[in-house]
Amino acid sequence: MNEMNNLEEIRKEKERWYSQCVDSSRVRPRKASWGSDLDLIYTPDNLTDTDYLRDIGFSGEFPFVRGVQPSMYRGRLWSMRQYAGFGRPEETNTRYRQLLKEGQTGLSVAFDLPTQNGYDSDDPLVREEVGRVGVAVDSLKDYEIIFEGIPLDKITTSMTLNPTAAIGLAMYVALAQKQGIGLDKIGGTLQNDILKEYLARGTQIFPPDPSLRLIGDIIEYCHKDVPRFNTISICGYHMREAGCTIIQEVAYCLSDAIVYVEEVLKRGIDIDDFAPRLSFLLCCGMNLFEEVAKFRAARRLWAKIIKNRFNAKNPRSMMLRMFSGCSASAFTDKEPLNNITRGAIMSLVAALAGCQAIHTTSYDEAYAIPGEVSQRTALRTQQIIAYETDAAAVVDPMGGSYFLERLTNDIEREVEKEMARIEERGGMLKGISDGSIQRDIARQAYEEAKEIEKGEKVVVSVNKFASDEKGYDVELHRTDPDVRKRQVERLQELKRERDNKKVEAALEEIRRVAGNSENLMPPILTAVHEYATLGEICGILRDEWGEYREVF
Amino acid sequence: MNNQKPLRVLLAKPGLDGHDKGAKIVASLLRDAGVEVIYTGLKQTIGQIVTAAIQEDVDVIALSVLSGAHVGLSQSLMARLRKEGADKVPVVIGGVIPRQDIEELEEIGIARVFPVESSLDSITEYFTGRGWEAGK
Repeated sequence: MNEMNNLEEIRKEKERWYSQCVDSSRVRPRKASWGSDLDLIYTPDNLTDTDYLRDIGFSGEFPFVRGVQPSMYRGRLWSMRQYAGFGRPEETNTRYRQLLKEGQTGLSVAFDLPTQNGYDSDDPLVREEVGRVGVAVDSLKDYEIIFEGIPLDKITTSMTLNPTAAIGLAMYVALAQKQGIGLDKIGGTLQNDILKEYLARGTQIFPPDPSLRLIGDIIEYCHKDVPRFNTISICGYHMREAGCTIIQEVAYCLSDAIVYVEEVLKRGIDIDDFAPRLSFLLCCGMNLFEEVAKFRAARRLWAKIIKNRFNAKNPRSMMLRMFSGCSASAFTDKEPLNNITRGAIMSLVAALAGCQAIHTTSYDEAYAIPGEVSQRTALRTQQIIAYETDAAAVVDPMGGSYFLERLTNDIEREVEKEMARIEERGGMLKGISDGSIQRDIARQAYEEAKEIEKGEKVVVSVNKFASDEKGYDVELHRTDPDVRKRQVERLQELKRERDNKKVEAALEEIRRVAGNSENLMPPILTAVHEYATLGEICGILRDEWGEYREVF
Repeated sequence: MNNQKPLRVLLAKPGLDGHDKGAKIVASLLRDAGVEVIYTGLKQTIGQIVTAAIQEDVDVIALSVLSGAHVGLSQSLMARLRKEGADKVPVVIGGVIPRQDIEELEEIGIARVFPVESSLDSITEYFTGRGWEAGK
């Protein structure tokens, strides 16, 4: 970074300082989370391999280390996007209006497990789970209620749906069409990342081949018809939460991204036509410096992959745009108010890392889905970081820290090695189908659990300064026991009132297209307009494609 | 203790909950302690779990639930075990379970609840010591 003779002088001075001033018997050196030794102090000579203009540069320009937009938060603050949704659509609508009134700037819909797994609320398999971890959705009717009074052309909406993402998107599009809002005006993000479901989150329905085809269909359809939608949010988050290291988190995430890019390129679509709408989700953990470095390294890696491997020309294709959430597994059920502090640190990480949208986990989430007070506290945490601190005062405020730049380089190199290892073993799809990646993640999770048990990894109030707290001062969100009953009543009424002949014809059209290679989005959109249900549409696709068999 | 045959545990994920980090940690932990673990994988129905427990002739059923549906799922499981005449098999549950719910789960007949942050030692000790025989 500096003149070579200057660096040489610094190196010599550092050696002198070590020998004269540092009593090495009193130093307890630390390791990075992936195992390499950390220096005691970082100085310019730790960065002899770095050429500022080539490797770091400016925000908004290749390789985007310092941020994807030139002005970053001085142009526009990150979206404060709390993952929320529960019970029936009515209750979720009330919570959303409340969050928007309190200053939230984007919605993030949490769907219940039946909706994520492709079942209607009346399915006997899902008796216990309707409206529990998110909002219950069976048909377009439910979307009409969830978004009542919320202007779709003024806000953006993120939907955590994976195998059912096509249906959730179709409902959103149909709602906009019914309200006369142009499809070029609506925006948001679909999670739509099936590969990490096989590895960590478990809502997969179909085998990999038809699942990837459906993702390709969505990306192709949005490119033509819904240009402002982020078609996919490629996630490292859940694999990390399932136990993998930060190196594996980024390596799996970017390796998955390569699979998706190749799937779309196969269709003859130009990289620059869809890459700008790919987005990402990584986890913010408690190692503040490592985590910020991780995001910066991921941006540089992705920019290089898109430019060099896929020959993109448009700089927008090379930008790794990021949503980030706190690591919920870092939260403890002992002394839950400590989780507010953890959430604040992890949200600060996301802001310092230049994320485009942030979710702050609520302090009661080690128990249940968040209540109203904890949800508001989480949003306030972000607002305090944004408006009371100077974290958003300049672009990439931590950039230039010798330690941070060294970590950024090291993480980049380690991720490249891990990605090369994955390719040598035959790629992500191979690693998922033979279970080797699942087993790697499980092994890491077990190792980490043992480290916590032995106190090698400190969790305050759990294995250090252990709590003797008996009372639990968290008021829990409880699922209304009548949710399912009322949701099923609405579904039955809907099935009586809709034009069932049209629904059947629309479903048969989905069956026909599922069996060939046309795009599935148009027939799904038609079916949704006729109030075909999510469970009916998934039922057809299950018939045609079969179900995934778990490998572990 | 020493002349007992190895303990057999059915480790099951009922319902649609896809979070299996904890279940897999417990599987590794118990295997390391010499226990035979039969892991069902995700998204098992109550019927599948009871059938597997009977066919595999297990000593105990261990459920992992992080979806908040622990009370309803436990009730269904206990009812099904009774129906199949297998209600002598003790049932243990772990996961994201608020401590406020432990009493209710015990009333339903769950032998032991392991909420978030249960220590690995407490789990190993309970299983290898057949804690359910002591009535807790």
